[in-house]
Formats: sequence, C-alpha cells, structure tokens
Amino acid sequence: MYQFHYERPKTLADAEALLGKADDPKILAGGQTLIPTLKQRLAMPSDVIDIGGIKELDFIRAEGDAIMIGAGTRHATVAQSADVQKHNPALAALAGGIGDPAVRHMGTLGGSIANNDPAADYPAACLGLDAKIHTTKRLIEADEFFKGMFETALQDGEIIKEVTFPHPEKAAFMKFRNPASRYAMVGVFVSKGPWGVRVAVTGAGQNGVFRVAEMEEALAKNWSPDAVAGINLPAKGLNADLHGTAEYRAHLITVMAKRAVAAAG
Amino acid sequence: MSDKASGEGIGQPVRRKEDFRFITGNGHYTDDINRTGQTWACFLRSPHAHARIRSIDTSAAEAAPGVVAVFTGKHVADDELGGLICGWTVTSKDGTPMKVGAHPILALDTVRYVGDHVAMVVAETLADARAAAELIDVDYEALSAAVALSTCQNEKTAQVHPEAPRNTCFEWELGNKAETEAAFARADRVVKLDLTNNRLIPNAMEPRAAIGEFDKGSGIYTLHTTSQNPHVARLVLSAFVGVAPEHKLRVIAPDVGGGFGSKIFIYAEETACVWAAAKVGRPIKWTGDRSEAFLSDAHGRDHLSHAELALDSEGKFLGLRVKTIANLGAYLSTFSAAVPTYLYGTLLSGQYDLPAIHVEVDGVYTHTAPVDAYRGAGRPEATYLVERMVETAAREIGMDPAELRRRNYIRTFPHQTPVIMNYDAGDYEASLDAAMKAIDYAGFPARKSEAASRGKLRGIGMSSYIEACGLAPSAAVGSLGAGVGLWESAEVRVNPTGNVEVMTGSHSHGQGHETTFAQLVASRLGIPMEQVEIVHGDTDKVQFGMGTYGSRSGAVGMSAIVKALDKIEAKAKKIAAHLMEAAVEDITFENGTFTVQGTDKSLAWAELSLAAYTAHGFPSGEIEPGLKEGAFYDPTNFTFPAGCHICEVEIDPDTGITKIAKFVAVDDFGTVINPLIVEGQVHGGIAQGVGQALLEHGVYDAESGQLITGSYMDYCMPRADDLPSFTLGFTKTESPSNPLGMKGCGEAGAIASPPAVINAITDALGIRDIEMPATPARVWSALQAAAPRAAAE
Repeated sequence: MYQFHYERPKTLADAEALLGKADDPKILAGGQTLIPTLKQRLAMPSDVIDIGGIKELDFIRAEGDAIMIGAGTRHATVAQSADVQKHNPALAALAGGIGDPAVRHMGTLGGSIANNDPAADYPAACLGLDAKIHTTKRLIEADEFFKGMFETALQDGEIIKEVTFPHPEKAAFMKFRNPASRYAMVGVFVSKGPWGVRVAVTGAGQNGVFRVAEMEEALAKNWSPDAVAGINLPAKGLNADLHGTAEYRAHLITVMAKRAVAAAG
Repeated sequence: MSDKASGEGIGQPVRRKEDFRFITGNGHYTDDINRTGQTWACFLRSPHAHARIRSIDTSAAEAAPGVVAVFTGKHVADDELGGLICGWTVTSKDGTPMKVGAHPILALDTVRYVGDHVAMVVAETLADARAAAELIDVDYEALSAAVALSTCQNEKTAQVHPEAPRNTCFEWELGNKAETEAAFARADRVVKLDLTNNRLIPNAMEPRAAIGEFDKGSGIYTLHTTSQNPHVARLVLSAFVGVAPEHKLRVIAPDVGGGFGSKIFIYAEETACVWAAAKVGRPIKWTGDRSEAFLSDAHGRDHLSHAELALDSEGKFLGLRVKTIANLGAYLSTFSAAVPTYLYGTLLSGQYDLPAIHVEVDGVYTHTAPVDAYRGAGRPEATYLVERMVETAAREIGMDPAELRRRNYIRTFPHQTPVIMNYDAGDYEASLDAAMKAIDYAGFPARKSEAASRGKLRGIGMSSYIEACGLAPSAAVGSLGAGVGLWESAEVRVNPTGNVEVMTGSHSHGQGHETTFAQLVASRLGIPMEQVEIVHGDTDKVQFGMGTYGSRSGAVGMSAIVKALDKIEAKAKKIAAHLMEAAVEDITFENGTFTVQGTDKSLAWAELSLAAYTAHGFPSGEIEPGLKEGAFYDPTNFTFPAGCHICEVEIDPDTGITKIAKFVAVDDFGTVINPLIVEGQVHGGIAQGVGQALLEHGVYDAESGQLITGSYMDYCMPRADDLPSFTLGFTKTESPSNPLGMKGCGEAGAIASPPAVINAITDALGIRDIEMPATPARVWSALQAAAPRAAAE
C-alpha cells in the first residue's frame, strides 16, 4: 500500500467537506474493492475518506410502497432484514448471495453501486427494480446511474446517501457464478411491478449491467419461463475470457432469465 | 499392552498431536519467526516473458528511505555463486545428456518468464523494500516468447536457452520400440487419443518464505525456509550454489503449511536471502505473497500426448505407444527432468499385463514458470493417459469398462513390466470389486434414467490406478540419472527418564508424522505416545535426510525408524541381560517390560533407560553407556499403492455444470498406521484431483506470456461445495519391500481421481474426450458440438 492521508468523519457534512479539500481522494465504504486494490498498489489516492463510521448512512426503512436503504448498510444487514425479506425477498436473497460471509459483513450497498463492478450483484437489483439513488446532491434514476464498466453518473465529491427500492409484485435474481471468483458470470434480475417488467443482467456485458428489452416485452405479454426460453440473444457486447465465450454467456442469460421467472412465480 | 497404548497402536485412528498447536495459532511457521536486527527483502520480478536486460539502474532505490542494499545478477556473478541446479540428468535417445540452460539466482542479461527474479531490495521494513523496488529502472528489450507447448519446438519460435535448439531439453524414450511396432502390426483394433494434461499451480496454504542469517563470530549461516527437505537444500546450497560449506550452513524447515511438491525445490529467493545476509551483516526475511506464489512457485503437469493402444479381438491389450511433449518451463527446477520421464513413463503399464510399451517424451523449455513435481508428479499424468485409453477402448469395442480391465489385470506377482518397474504385490480386482459394490455399479442404469427424468445427464467412470511410491532404492534411481540416493535416516535417543526423541530425515508439512511416527515408536517400546517426541526439519538436530515427497515417509522414513528401534532393542536387551544376570537370548521385550524367560525377573522400560545412563557396573568394553541408535534405510524396491476410484457425475445440460454425485475410492496402501490420517490424505488428494479435472488451470497468454490465472479471480481452487462426501474403502496386500508392509498414501487421490471424473463426464455426454479442466463452458460447448451430430445420427 502507498501512503495516504486517512480520515474517518462522523457525519456526511464532514465527509463532503473533507472530499472538497483533498487532491485525489477515495471514499472508503466497506472496503471490499478498495482495500485489496490499495494492498496491491494499484491505486494511489492522496486521501482515503472512510465513511464507515457515519451512522446516518446505516438504516433500512419500509415506508409506503418502497424500502429505503442507507448507502452504508452492509449486505448481511439487508439479507437479514425482516422488512426486506417481507416486501422484497428477491433483494434480500441477492444481498445474501453476494461474495462470502466476510464480504457480506463488510461490503455496503453504496460501495457496491458506486464502484459499479461489471460483475457486481446490486447494480442488477437497482436496474431491475427501477431503484432511485439519492446522493448528497440529487436523485438519480437507476436507468441513468450506471454508465459503463466501473463508471457511474456520480460526480466528484458526490456521496450516495440511500437507495429507494419500490416493492415489486414479483421478482427474483438468478446468478451463474464464475467458478473461480464466484462473481456473477451472468446474473439476471427479473421483476414485475408498477414499472412494468424489467430484466437486468449483470456480469455478462462488457459495459456492465444492462436491460434486455426483448425479454421485457415478451414477459410483459406472458409472465412465464416459456416466454423467454426461446429468446437467443446476440453475443455482441458480451464478455469473453477463459471462463467462457460470449456465446456461452448469451445462452446463460436466457437460462438464468428462465430460472429467475420460474423462481419469481 | 496397556489400554492407552493399545488405543494408540498401529492401525488406531489417533487424532493428530500437532493439530492443537496449529489450530490455536501456536505453530511456528517461517513467517512467525523474527530475528534480532532483521531486514526485509522484496524481489523485483520480470514483467516480460522474454526480454534482454540492457541495463539496470538501482541508484534511486539505493537512496530510498530505509534501504539497506540492492542486489542484482551482477553482484551474484561477481561472487561467483553457482546457479540453481536440476538434480536428475536425463539422457536423450541419441545418447546425449539433456541440454541445460543456466539458471542464475538473479537474472544477468535475460529474463525468461513473467516473475523471473531481477533484483533484490533489502530494507528496514517490507514497505520500504517494496517502495524501493519500484524505483529500480530496468531497461528491457522485450522479445517474442515461446509460450504454447504445441509450437515451442518450431524452428521459428523464440529460443529460451541458446544451449537447447528448438527449445528441446531432451528427447527421451523408454520401452521396446520394435516389439511395440510388432504388437500394433498384429492388433485387431487400435484405439487412438490425443490428451492434454493441464498445467496446475500448487497453492500450498503457506506461501514460500525464508530468513537468511550469518553469524560473524562462528562464520555459520542459518536459513529458515519452507522446505520439504532441508538437508537437500543445504547440500545444493553448499555443493552447487556455493553459499557456504555444508558444515557452516544450518537449514531449518520449521512448521511448513503444505508443500505438495512445490517446496521440495531450491529456489532463488531463499538462496539470495542466505547469501546476502552475510553481505549486509543482518538477518534478511522474505515472505512471498500469493501473487508471487502464482508467478514463481514451480507449476505442475502440463503435457500434450498422443497415445495408441493395440488390442486383440478378445480385448486383450497387446501394446501401448505414447508420444508426449512435457513442459519444463523456462528453467530446469530441482527434479523437473525426472518427473515427465522416470516418474511417468515407468507407470504406463498401469495395472495391466501390457506386453509391449514404447514411450517417447520431449522435455521442452517455454517462457513460463518452471514446471516440476506436484502431488503425484508424473504418475497422475501416466494414470490419466492409461485410464482414459482403457475407458475409451472399452466404449469403442462395446465392452463394459470393468470387464475390459478384468481381462487385462496383472494377477501374478512379482510382475516385470516393459517399463522398468517390478510390481511386488497387489490385488487389483479386489479393489475394483469393492469399489463397484460401494457405488452400486449395477444400479447405475436406473440412476441414469431417473436423472434423465429430471433433465440431467448422468455418467459413470472408473480409474484403476497404480503408482510407484516409497521413493526409492538408491541404486535404482542412481542408474536412472538421480544425483542423490533416496534412502532415509533415523535416530532414536532414549533419555535417562525413559522418554524418547526420534530424529527423522522425513519432513512433516501436513502429513501428521508427529502422530504416526510416535504411534510406531510408542507401540514398539510399550510407552505412551506422549513420551515420544518426533524431531525433524533441522540440519543441526537430524544428521541427514532426504525429506518428504513421493509418498515416501511411511515406507522409507518409518522403515529407518524401525531399523533404529531394532538396534535400540538389541542394546537394551544386552543391558537387561547384564542387570538381571541372564543370557541375552533369554531376554524378552514386550509391552515395555524386559523379562528373563521362564522367570519372574523383569525390568520396566524406565528402569532400564535410567540404568543405561547410570551405567554402574557395566562390564567395561562390553557394554557402552547410553541408549541411542541411528540407522539408514535404503528400500529394496519402490512400493506400489493401487486401487480403484469410481466417479458418478450429473451434468446440467442448460449450464454445463458438472456435479459429482458419488465418489468411491478403494485403495490398497498395504499396512495402515493411522486410518484417520490416511483417510484425510485420500480426501485431500481427491480434492486436488477433482480440482485438476474440473476447476484448475494455469493459463498463460499465448502471445505475451503473461500469466492470466495469476490470482483466485481466475485460478479456480476446489472449495468444499465443489466436492461430494467421499466413500472410502481399503483393501490390503502388504508391501514385501519394507518391514512394515506399507505402501504410501499421500498422492493416490490426486493420481487416481482425474481420469475417473473425465471418464464419467465423457460417459454422460456420450463423447470421446473433453479437455481438463471440464469447466461448465467446455461441457456446454461439447454438448453444442455433439447436439447436431446426435440429431444427424
């Protein structure tokens, strides 16, 4: 690790002020990506602003027809939340399937979506559930938030405060794990709700999470596994590496979508 | 024998003595040890697979905070230090010795793989050393690299070493070519298969580490290192590298967290640490991180083979011919030349009466990390080839694979194979029968159709393996090119209070020797195990030893202890005879008591031990005081563990995921000292074998030579949920070649299981072959390729 200046503010306001002053700061949330990156000397920030101690970011609230989750909430907390399990069991299951127990007890919702790892699970939930991302500066629709591999709509100094997940009528997430890393090689989140039908895919795309219009249309007409079973997606734009070709990933999207619809009921 | 002693005796499932200290964090691994005034080393490694070093500028690094010294290949050359060696010379079929490229401790003018050692920074802290290493300015001229095994012998491919044209280190052969040709000429059927044995990266839990020290007063160097064989390390470092004379170099391999072969070898890092310790006048510590382990630990396997099996009309094997290209990596590692030759070609007869065998092996250099012994070492490659061929032959002639094996098993012993080995004992059908019963072979068709009703493809595959262990008779290995003998030593020291220290040349790095060796000694002397201390891993304490690998510690290491115990008993009887005023021939020793036969006169072990040291009234010149004996044991033959593993898989055709539904292993290890530890060894071995078959693959980019699988993000280690609960069974024929009848169990699982898994997968998919690792993507692709064919049929 290279040397850096470390701060652990107690409030969001303090965090914003520290970010404003630093040359090349990095926000540390759960640290599940940043810490390994630092240890491998692949990042050299001037300042690390640790927002892990900001209590106002750690909450889960069910209000009306949505659940609000603070950006600093750990995956394990989301997975075990009675409110999330009741209103949005697919989201609870997704959070409970991220990484391993150590990751789930450190990693946070805000950290995951701000990093926007192309194989992360939460981006699929946000996009698949029409989530609203509240930051210190504004509200960003999930459709506008994820801009590409490790890229988001966040600006310098902008911190995610909370994410609002409207309750779905039906939803499920199915993940095909990379055998080695156990990240999603293909993860498909399907949902039906006030927003209609959404199918969001993580892990497979070269530019990170994306929606599959063809499947959404088919499921809007007929919510059943059969509706997507015959859809063959093009391999273009999908990842290819030693773990599988783009064609294989395209095929897996259909398989996982089919299984997700079946699981959603 | 007391109740306690009988509960600890040979054959008892005693829990491991050493585990309490390991699981409570009280072990002493190399990285746990810190020396006064210690500095830290960081190695600058090559980012290129192949490059010429135009210049190295270390001035900025030397000026960096905390830096004590920076060393490059020039310093090593100035000190006239020798390079790292390969301890086994293989001779090509044209009679020429293998072509050895120089292997300097730090690269001089060329780097030959990504991770090759370029410079060593010694600093006050690890962080200082790492920061300074980044300041070293190396001017590289990047060159094209020889990476792919299939093309590395082409004329136009880049050369790894000028000494080895076409990157060919040796072109070795074994067996009788003419007889094999004749067998094929009269064959009714010939089965052919091209096989890949995938490259593996060892991944012991503890990364390699070293602390080098030099004591100016005595002139003695001390090296703590993660070694499976500290005495061999000392011998190589003194006699070949020339760090220090043997008597001025102490090598300690303390608790070592797994080796699997990768810690047999003498590497650049520990050599540089101990050498440079004298130059900086302070201890130097290096602990490799996981990324360095991926890059620079010796890898395993990596063969391309073409095999042909000749059969007569009854399914009797007539001959086998094999051509293999074996990757040696960029440099020859300590035993790398022996692995794809004498540990591979000699096992190609399998469990079968195969009258004619001819194998040719080209050992080749590539711009990749060195390849050397990895759990099984040559024998997994041989077993994979033979058992894939046998299964394929059975399918092609439409015979049950078990029946084809039965028709060809060796049934009389000793059996001389056409490839050196003389099998001394075995009952191959017994393990086959037991394994088939345990897996309910007859019930497989019903399970297959039940799986089909759930949309799953179920397959079954077997593997009747044999290995040559108990390495090895010194005369035999010497005649085949080994630079060392492969005996083992032991010394038994009885203390005046009757407890016992046993110095063994074997080294435990997960095998549980502190338990099994103590079981042997305690049961022999009739004392509790807690009164026996097993001492190993320190050249100052143990006179000499060849270390632990090749499933040799039981068959060879324990045999040396038996031999020393024989001498202890003989001397003790002499003392007992004197003390009880009887003839030596009348003394019996049982359950820790010496008795004068036919009388009530007796002496307890503790009484005798004390008397041995008080020595009051010993007849001068006839009985020396003390009770300490040593022995060197040289085995008369290899041992031949064998058995049958059967695997049943279920494949999800939608995803290509293979689930192991059942796995049965029936092994014949001869005498078993501790079944609990043996079962653990089998479990671990199967996990590694399943890892090779389904998950693990060391992959370099074919153009750049960059290691793609350089972390757990891409290199897939087996996890608990990748494996089923194993069903284990044992059959027993004792090895006639050592006093305990032991055969060795450490490598069997890794040797036997890969072909069983692949035979099951190819059975499920109805295809001839699939390359290891059979990842979901590969299985799915195979299904896509097979689907149109099936539709057309």
